[in-house]
Amino acid sequence: MQRFLKETGLVVPLDRLNVDTDAIIPKQFLKAVGRTGFGANLFDNWRYLDRGEPGQETARTPNPDFVLNKPRYQGASILLARANFGCGSSREHAPWALVEYGIRAIVAPSFADIFYQNSLKNGLLPVVLPEDTVDRLFQAVETEVGYALTIDLRAGQVFAHGEEIGTFSIDPFRKECLLNGLDDIGWTLKHEAEIREYEARRRREVPWLFPPEGSRI
Amino acid sequence: MGKTLYGKLWDSHVVRELADGTCLVYIDRQLVHEVTSPQAFAGVRARHRPLWRPDANLAVADHNVPTKDRALGISDPTSRLQVETLDRNCHDFGVSLFSMNDIRQGIVHVVGPEQGATLPGMTIVCGDSHTSTHGAFGALAYGVGTSEVEQVMATQCLLQKPSRTMRVRLEGTAPAGVGAKDMALAVIGRIGTAGGTGYAIEFAGSAVRALSMEGRMTLCNMAIEAGARAGLVGVDETTISYLAGRPFAPSGALWDQAVLAWRTCVTDPDATFDREWVIDVSDLAPQVTFGTSPEMVAPIDGQVPDPARETDPARREALTAALAYMGLRPGTAMVDVPIDVVFIGSCTNARIEDLRAAAGVIAGRKIAPGVRRALVVPGSGLVKRAAEAEGLDRIFKEAGFEWRDPGCSMCLAMNADRLESGERCASTSNRNFEGRQGAGGRTHLVSPQMAAAAAIAGRFVDVRQHF
Repeated sequence: MQRFLKETGLVVPLDRLNVDTDAIIPKQFLKAVGRTGFGANLFDNWRYLDRGEPGQETARTPNPDFVLNKPRYQGASILLARANFGCGSSREHAPWALVEYGIRAIVAPSFADIFYQNSLKNGLLPVVLPEDTVDRLFQAVETEVGYALTIDLRAGQVFAHGEEIGTFSIDPFRKECLLNGLDDIGWTLKHEAEIREYEARRRREVPWLFPPEGSRI
Repeated sequence: MGKTLYGKLWDSHVVRELADGTCLVYIDRQLVHEVTSPQAFAGVRARHRPLWRPDANLAVADHNVPTKDRALGISDPTSRLQVETLDRNCHDFGVSLFSMNDIRQGIVHVVGPEQGATLPGMTIVCGDSHTSTHGAFGALAYGVGTSEVEQVMATQCLLQKPSRTMRVRLEGTAPAGVGAKDMALAVIGRIGTAGGTGYAIEFAGSAVRALSMEGRMTLCNMAIEAGARAGLVGVDETTISYLAGRPFAPSGALWDQAVLAWRTCVTDPDATFDREWVIDVSDLAPQVTFGTSPEMVAPIDGQVPDPARETDPARREALTAALAYMGLRPGTAMVDVPIDVVFIGSCTNARIEDLRAAAGVIAGRKIAPGVRRALVVPGSGLVKRAAEAEGLDRIFKEAGFEWRDPGCSMCLAMNADRLESGERCASTSNRNFEGRQGAGGRTHLVSPQMAAAAAIAGRFVDVRQHF
């Protein structure tokens, strides 16, 4: 997993409530068997005027009205969003697409649970700030071309023009994983003996959940 | 003090707790499908490890499979590759798989309970948000991303923090024609699509006790649309009698032992919840969504709301955008909204009881001339066979419905079943997001009875009055 320490980047505002993962990456792109290639289709239904298909080689027609296509937001690495961002389907393709596009952090008043967890596992930082702070950020981004934020994960602080505009928290365990680029599986396998012990106990207590050796389910 | 059902399930699965409250939680069952598993299998393969417990996994292809002409195989090469990848991975790693032409194949959330692979007291995960469905059995079940699918494959555990607890008590007797789907939509309308975020919702109350397992599954299925990863219903006689004789449920002495344990999968009388809601369903009307979020829902005797009356600017903008997308004008009566397509299916409403309810409305009638397509997609091969044994397929076909093979189908339109841009659909599925059923498609979420009634009338009607 890519580490996250501190990010300074251009902010792109997506002023919509309840942005769902179907919008972030539409279903036709979920047919892939790999983890890459989703960035070009991030927000596909909003970003392009033509309908996208997986593996498409023809040139697309960008929707000039969609915020990601505006020249002033090219190169943005911080997405400013509204409440309940990432609701709906559990598809991890959504954070994969955002990361591949170049987004490193998302600032919003709230996130849907599964999306939030999926983001943390991909080095994409979800930053929860109060609603009124987010409102002010939307105004600032609209007003000032080139508006950038600095997000310091270790300190839990967000800065604009060198001044702190908000603080946020991340569970200490998740924070350590992000700061060090650690993944859950590596950590869990260090506790293999404990899992075996728990499993043996469970096998005694609820034997009906453990089919006899050699049989399936 | 007593424990909630959620608390009992959580505590009994903690392998290790960390200083910040994050827990290593043991997972009893993982359900696997073709869309969110290939990258997870590839990850396990890259670590040169076997699956921790192959027998804890059950796989079925559902999202991409065609719902007709199956003998011809899957024509879309990318869909075919994904289904073939699942087949190969299950073979290589020793995972039980119901392949596309197996009678037991179907939507993963229909198949698990039907097979008795979903049992009370379990932790169950799947790379699919509607895994909340299985909570209807007094199990802790929730959707996970592909990284977590891989983690369960490799370690049988997840690293998570416990959710807060919410109880939604549905009290009273719902009127005839009003069912679990209407209750689910009414709850989402009340608490909002983010109302359950961070919570596990336990559904309780006399109206929930009165529901069949099918109804409880519909309710828990939609918990995620209220933002809650998990929905739960405590175990009672309804749960236990549903499980008796299921292929993967225990039998003999183990059954008796299991039943004793399952009866404890309930919330203690003196347990407290972080949040409680009480909703009286005695006067509940059938529900219809009008927007692009499941919380944008109205009773059938209601109207499309006016964004001008919304005081919060972000919500006003969202509603305005939703009505523009849906092609609806404020003030339009829901019963004046005509429809083009009807979809009866999905992990929400494609079980035998759903098909019976829809067929009961349709029997002896024909779909309206303005309805371009009407599909019934049973939730599994076994549901399909049971429906055919009862003659439900004839009722649907004689009315003008297409009788398809099982899969997710038009709920998310990954296969060929999809709406064309601008088409308006009465759908028994779970999400009315923009483009969910096809780019530009307009989805109205309803119960199976309401979808059936809409098919006959060509517009939304109050199933209580017309049938």
